[in-house]
Amino acid sequence: MIRSGGESKIRLIGRRMFIISAAKAVVVFGIVGRLISLQINESKKYKTLSDKNRFREWKFSPPRGLINDYFGKEIASNKQVYQLHIIPENSENLEVLIFRLKNILNLTEREIFKIRRKISSQKPWDPVIVSDNLTWSEFSRINLFLHELQGAEPVVSVARLYTEPSSVHVIGYVSKASKKDLQTKEYLEGKIATGTRVGKTGLEHKLDSEMIGDVGYKRYEVNAYGKRIKEISIDPGKSGKNFKTTLDLDVQELASQQLEGKSGSVCVMDIYRGDIVAMVSSPVFDPNQFVHGIDQKSWDGLIKHRDKPLINKAIAGLYPPGSTIKMLAAISALENHTFNPKTAIRCKGSIELYGEKFHCWKKKGHGYMDMREGIKQSCDVYFYEVARKLGIDRLSETAKKFGLGKPVLKGLIEERSGVVPNTSWKKKNIGKNWYLGETLHAGIGQGYWQSSPLQLCLMTAQIANGGYEIKPRIILDKEGKNQFTDLDQFIEDKKMFSDDVVSLYEFITKFKYKSLFRNSENIKFVQDALFAATNEPGGTSYGSRLTKEEFIFAGKTGTSQVKRFTEEQRELEIKNEDLPYEDRDHALFVAFAPYKDPRYSISVVVEHGGSGSGSAAPIAKKVIKKVLEKHPLRDSKREQGESV
Amino acid sequence: MFQQGSIQSHLNLRDKIFSLDLIMVSCVLILGIISFFAMYSTDGGEFAYHTKSHIIRFFVFFFLFIVVSFFKTNFWYNWSIPIYIGILGLLILVKFFGLTSSGSQRWLSLYFLNLQPSELMKISLILFLAKYYHRISSTDVNRIKFLLTPIIVLIIPVVLVVTQPDLGTAFLIGAGGAVVIWLAGVKMKFFAYMAVIFFSVTPVAISFLKPYQKSRILTFLDPSRDPLGAGYQITQSKIAIGSGGLFGKGFLNGSQSYLDYLPEKHTDFIFTLFSEEFGFFGSSLVLALYILITWRIISIGNGFRDTFGKLYCYSFGTAFFIYVAVNMGMVLGLIPIVGAPLPILSYGGSSMMAMMFGLGVVMSCKIHRDQPIG
Repeated sequence: MIRSGGESKIRLIGRRMFIISAAKAVVVFGIVGRLISLQINESKKYKTLSDKNRFREWKFSPPRGLINDYFGKEIASNKQVYQLHIIPENSENLEVLIFRLKNILNLTEREIFKIRRKISSQKPWDPVIVSDNLTWSEFSRINLFLHELQGAEPVVSVARLYTEPSSVHVIGYVSKASKKDLQTKEYLEGKIATGTRVGKTGLEHKLDSEMIGDVGYKRYEVNAYGKRIKEISIDPGKSGKNFKTTLDLDVQELASQQLEGKSGSVCVMDIYRGDIVAMVSSPVFDPNQFVHGIDQKSWDGLIKHRDKPLINKAIAGLYPPGSTIKMLAAISALENHTFNPKTAIRCKGSIELYGEKFHCWKKKGHGYMDMREGIKQSCDVYFYEVARKLGIDRLSETAKKFGLGKPVLKGLIEERSGVVPNTSWKKKNIGKNWYLGETLHAGIGQGYWQSSPLQLCLMTAQIANGGYEIKPRIILDKEGKNQFTDLDQFIEDKKMFSDDVVSLYEFITKFKYKSLFRNSENIKFVQDALFAATNEPGGTSYGSRLTKEEFIFAGKTGTSQVKRFTEEQRELEIKNEDLPYEDRDHALFVAFAPYKDPRYSISVVVEHGGSGSGSAAPIAKKVIKKVLEKHPLRDSKREQGESV
Repeated sequence: MFQQGSIQSHLNLRDKIFSLDLIMVSCVLILGIISFFAMYSTDGGEFAYHTKSHIIRFFVFFFLFIVVSFFKTNFWYNWSIPIYIGILGLLILVKFFGLTSSGSQRWLSLYFLNLQPSELMKISLILFLAKYYHRISSTDVNRIKFLLTPIIVLIIPVVLVVTQPDLGTAFLIGAGGAVVIWLAGVKMKFFAYMAVIFFSVTPVAISFLKPYQKSRILTFLDPSRDPLGAGYQITQSKIAIGSGGLFGKGFLNGSQSYLDYLPEKHTDFIFTLFSEEFGFFGSSLVLALYILITWRIISIGNGFRDTFGKLYCYSFGTAFFIYVAVNMGMVLGLIPIVGAPLPILSYGGSSMMAMMFGLGVVMSCKIHRDQPIG
């Protein structure tokens, strides 16, 4: 029958219940402990994780810094562009979307392939750029069909715009960041968003880290499926820094016009401040096509072009300096007392040394010459003799002092150093001993010499300013400004007192510029000789002189040989124009202006242009006139302050 | 002696109402109110379907709780076997006519609710075993002959539920039954034997299952087979609870659940949602309420004279605690994810019905503590 109760049974149940209760207490402690650990001790970590769940960020690139010329005109600016992005996860049927877009925008199979590859390589919520520079009609067509294009997003964005083709080489261009860029440029870390462009050449490259700006963020709250629920915040990022350059767009344009159809370069420099007023290379190309991705055909066109439009010939083009080196040869000889300027030498059209014949450009010869005449008429025979007595090592020392053989500007990747030859250079780089004959060639700027047009411009500037070392610059900044406080003071003083109490040139000698001479008379001598070369009958650039007093300039022509004339060619009197294009000489011209109180130096190179006097000097004449016309404006701008 | 009506006793209705355990009733009501807020939050801050139906169910079954408690304990003693057999019958019916949802066949469609007999089995098994051990003497408890019935009545429903498949409920049913058997005084060694048999038979049993059932059970046992499922749920649940911090993100501000990161947020993961919005204080409060209820159940068992009542209250109290501990352990990432609702708080009619019924029987033991059984 039913046996209920029983004291022992009840006691057993009670005992076992006690054990269970103890176990329960342990479990409660476990749960409470876990709650404490999750919600109190590690709460911070889980809050972060929760926010990571909650928020998703979309990066976008800020406007890139602008580059302006000295007068505030924009050289590299930004424009509004119309773009089309796809956010794959917002599209219900990606295939249909791509097909529709293909029809609307006439996309090629290749572009479709690229888009697909991009989609598969990134997260489904990251936007993919289908087209980053739509025309207005394409953009409006997209907007018309937008209701059928789920997942497509028309975006109005900003992109780089280059308005001035004359400045393309010095400014450079931007393009998509390559893998190499991302690996080698540390500053790019965290700066790349959809559509960010990085500087590839020129100033765009040099100033990239400052101009690129800080990426902005759009923060959205998203649900577990990645759908945007609401916008939480927008961080607009930071626009890149704007830069003001020393360039003058008017001069740039004029110089570029003068070089049109030619291959060459023009450099203009302020001889006291080192400000580069113009730096133009020809032919030019359209940098805008790099911003949105250049097509293969245009790229091939640029790469295979005879005149190499991508190269900035002002700093990356290297030429033997030709007769322009005679200025330095003269200075070096005078400084080292190896030659008396009054020494007369008879030029018979050529001289012989150890059986080798050295020709003067003038076949008939110049007759009796002193040093001033030698420079003025650019007598080669005279400078063979100057060089022979001077020796190559002393000449190269002077050349280096005046800025040849090393980069003029900092941070421009294209710039090349060139070569200032001497005995040890030849031994090291060619492995042979120097011959005296090579010294003679070096004396007229041929042979191993390699110098860039900007180096020649600097050399001329440092002769024109009385022989003082300057540090050229292209970006205006505070540092550069302080360097010239004394100069600015002088300009002030000069205004207050009567004009010609003291010349700027004389003032300069009292100040802290490092002098490159032992005797300033030697520099003056060369300046005077250059004046003669341009402004006295018989001077090599007499035909290109400017006669108005304030425009009078002094310059030296040069012709740099691409190929040495053979004896047969000399006999046949073959003219330069008759040679095949690539064998013709380069035409060079360097000058400073105005002669009385000089302010600017200039160098012009026309590749395969023949003689310096024939093709380079006329260009220089026009550019000098423009520069001097703009000088008062430039000066007044300076008083207003150079800051950006 | 004349046969008295089931409700009638020397106590009148007024007496019965006054002898209700007020602590327990208020704890249940507070949990109910908390569950309304939690449900309102899972509905995204709207008074929508889940909230409405949960509130209705809570009050309906709270009424059931009170009504059940007014029946004499002896009535539940007498009816425990038919109730067990009836629910076992429903479990078998589920095999044939059950509704299938997310791959598991658990529900019988009644017009007003989808009944989940496995939930009710949790209680009826305890009732059955409490009666069984009430009837045998303590000397017989450890005899093999008397061990057979408990094992059979425990195994049959567990196997039925496992094959639904619903491992979580099967485990909770089995755990409840095992608690009764252990409290009745069955020696530890029998439990050890059973464990050995269980672990040796399980692989064989699994091999008899259909492939899709097999894969579901294997995924159950080894969540890493389905990384985006169980592992994801645990991680997101921990993030939600942890990010709640000391005071929580505030009512309706639980971003994890609001943004659909939480799975099953109105059923198994309701505690997660509550912890996220109300922080450590909120979760401690809920835990304290459950401990209070458990303590009251055990105390009522202490006060009951007869073996049946004691055994039932102790077992149900322990089972109740196990349900809570398993659910919390699961959402806190202490044990693997098994489908186990949190009593009263979780959305689900059958679970609510089972808990209220179980509590009702406990309350009946309180009201009728001095009346003899049998």
